[in-house]
Amino acid sequence: MQIPYITEERPDTGLTNSKLGIWVFLASEIMLFGGLFSAYVFLRIAAPEGDFAYWGSKLNIPMATINTLVLISSSMTMIMSWASLKMKDFEKYKMYMGLTLLFASIFLVIKYFEYTGKFHHGIYPSSSTFMGIYFTLTGLHMLHIIGGMIVMGYFWLPFGNKMWTTEPERFTNRIEIAGLYWHFVDLVWIFLFPILYLL
Amino acid sequence: MSNDSHHEENFLQKYIFSVDHKIIGIQYGITSLMFLFFGFCLMMVMRWQLAYPETPVPYIGGLLGETGILMPEIYNMLGAMHGTIMIFLGVVPLAVGAFGNYIVPLQIGAPDMAFPKLNAASYWSYFIGGVIMLASFFLPEGAARSGWTSYPPLSIFETGQTAWLIGMVFLITSSLLGSMNIIVTIVQLRAPGLTWFRLPFFVWGQFVTAFLLVLAFPPLEAAAVLQLMDRVAQTSFFLPSGLVYSGAAVDVYGSGSPLLWQHLFWFLAHPEVYVLILPAMGIVGDVIANNTRKPLWGYKSIVYGSVFLGFMSFIVWAHHMFLTGMGQAMSSFFQTTTMIISIPSVIILTSFFISLWGASIRFTTPMLFALAFLPMFGIGGLTGLPLGVGASDIHLHDTYYVIGHFHYVVAPGTIFALFAGIYYWFPKMTGRKMSEALGKLHFWPSLIFMNGIFLPMFIQGLAGVSRRLYDGGQSYAHAQDVLQWNEFMSISAFCLAAAQIPFFINIFVSMFNGEKVGRNPWQSTTIEWSAPSPPLPHRNFENQVEVYRGPYEYSVPGADKDFSPQTEK
Amino acid sequence: MSDHDNGHIQEHIRVYLTVFGALAVLTLLTVGVSYLNVSSTEAIFLALTIATIKASLVAGYFMHLITEKQTIVWLLILTFFFFLVCMFLPMIYDFDHTRLS
Repeated sequence: MQIPYITEERPDTGLTNSKLGIWVFLASEIMLFGGLFSAYVFLRIAAPEGDFAYWGSKLNIPMATINTLVLISSSMTMIMSWASLKMKDFEKYKMYMGLTLLFASIFLVIKYFEYTGKFHHGIYPSSSTFMGIYFTLTGLHMLHIIGGMIVMGYFWLPFGNKMWTTEPERFTNRIEIAGLYWHFVDLVWIFLFPILYLL
Repeated sequence: MSNDSHHEENFLQKYIFSVDHKIIGIQYGITSLMFLFFGFCLMMVMRWQLAYPETPVPYIGGLLGETGILMPEIYNMLGAMHGTIMIFLGVVPLAVGAFGNYIVPLQIGAPDMAFPKLNAASYWSYFIGGVIMLASFFLPEGAARSGWTSYPPLSIFETGQTAWLIGMVFLITSSLLGSMNIIVTIVQLRAPGLTWFRLPFFVWGQFVTAFLLVLAFPPLEAAAVLQLMDRVAQTSFFLPSGLVYSGAAVDVYGSGSPLLWQHLFWFLAHPEVYVLILPAMGIVGDVIANNTRKPLWGYKSIVYGSVFLGFMSFIVWAHHMFLTGMGQAMSSFFQTTTMIISIPSVIILTSFFISLWGASIRFTTPMLFALAFLPMFGIGGLTGLPLGVGASDIHLHDTYYVIGHFHYVVAPGTIFALFAGIYYWFPKMTGRKMSEALGKLHFWPSLIFMNGIFLPMFIQGLAGVSRRLYDGGQSYAHAQDVLQWNEFMSISAFCLAAAQIPFFINIFVSMFNGEKVGRNPWQSTTIEWSAPSPPLPHRNFENQVEVYRGPYEYSVPGADKDFSPQTEK
Repeated sequence: MSDHDNGHIQEHIRVYLTVFGALAVLTLLTVGVSYLNVSSTEAIFLALTIATIKASLVAGYFMHLITEKQTIVWLLILTFFFFLVCMFLPMIYDFDHTRLS
């Protein structure tokens, strides 16, 4: 007796196991970032007037704007890689997945320059509460990016994508699930960008 | 992952790095029982100090320093680690990790959990977290000593907290993976015919619990990350401006707030109370229905009650913070929600009591533990009401009364229910029954000594004795009249430890020499009893299970026997 | 998979490209708006509104929430409720605390 509903959907819920699983995981991620956003708001209220705005103005908005566009593009290529699999075009899938990984790397490189720029000017997490929460939130987000890259890298490399030849439908599902996670990481950044850089 | 049992597995694959939910459940069970015992030992050392202050601790005094006397710093470590180990490494893994893993797939007729590898990852993450917690005792700075609640600013400055935080991150990850798995398993892998209202109450308890863990734990993870930043990167999320510690101004940026930690911590820790209690209620419900030989009274109301309980548990957390200077609006809100949340608990407990009415009760060992759960949890719940009202909480806050209250909920409450579960499902796990005589020898002394420990705490607490005092209140005038109880409680605790000896003997003896039983030794109706004992590796049942009826159809009029299994037409 | 499905996917891809364009425009818009000379309340309102629109686009189209099954929608409604509790109660608490003390 095998575990059912891995590739086919359970009739009454209309879902596969992994689809429901990733959404439950994302629900917990929403609460994780919910806790941190709540901390941000709480600290912003507790801080002296204008403190957050003053330290926030030290961040590099052009770099972050580019990063936002890079991350949105990576979401776009991610969904294209899934759509390519749906159309049974494996070569296109590899191209789009490679692009997603490339965009993710660009994001990390830009983030690296942002961080070292701050360190260069003697700004550390301990410099102010705003900088503390900035480094914590973006750092945690970056860990999510790296985690996603490990998973996507695995599905991109030959030893990870050989499932395409044996169980193509299941492989397509896996890419969809990885994609859901990746879009969520993008979604978190969509909120991080204005609250840290613009407000 | 498909897990056909065609290929041979070696010992490591079969028993250590297994992905079979039954092996993982047993791994969880053994590890958490050891942690429960260890946490209990920590408490006994503390109780020695409270009963006989500043006298050398017998037998293990050598571990505590040259004099053998328990020093205040180590007392604080033991206190913090007792709470942490009992809750996060003992009771939750036993209730959710062991029983949730082992029983839930069997009770819903599934071949395994939905994600077997994730399940193994959950166990090993728990294991690593536990090792980090234990190892912290041997670090030069020692284990955490700011209480299991880790309130800042103290926790930011005290040593040993970093290992605690890292350990917690692993434990939280483990709980998240485990409860995701339980939710998906229950939603997706129910056997054909097993509709939502045919689920045994235990499965409902686990389902609500899993939601609480998935949604309430992440904010604590966030808080743990923030506190870790405060400790290692010198940020000041939890440190206000102008803070003075040990007579010197603290050199940080400031403008943080210790209250932020309390909010995030209790946002988890109140639902955590129901994480501890709901699986226990589930076990008690199943055991009571089986041993009264009649359907559980008000099955639908207790199911709705447990869902409502889970929902409400998210909006009561600030009743732990009445003394932090909250305004009237918030205080009224949280007092009201706290009163409301007692309603579903009462519904569930009352239904259990009414189920006993007119039943021909079989007083088996699991039933004794389940019966003891009812009044014990009742005392725990009722003594909570004065704590939920701001006016009386001002007097009782942080006294031994609070300790007595939550220990009644968790120790004679949840842990008794877990014992009931062990005695009840042991035949399913091993194919042999546990000894009834030894079981009763375990039950009666445990019941008496549990009360011997925790009842006097109410007396001390009402007199105003604070918790966490190294000398148990010796140096306070208002505590003098109730100090004599300290020795009584400590002796009860040592006797309680002795009362667990029959239990351990019972487990080992019954595992090899217990009475051999078939599939259904308790004449039960739920699905797990239609599997062989122990169930088949990696698939549980010989054939696909089909379900035709509700979970508790005992003594159905016109049936040829007094129980009608769910799998029989 | 039939040709019919392929056509279906092609249609999806056009939607994805449109959403991508909208996200890019909104990103630039939110940066532009942040340079407007408005009060901080208005700035917060504008920035969060734009962020919410962007997030809804990502969740609705890239994550297919618009056509997702009931179970998941209810799961997210529940989560979102507790998210709001986690976000707002500490804030209300803080106002209540500071105003009355």
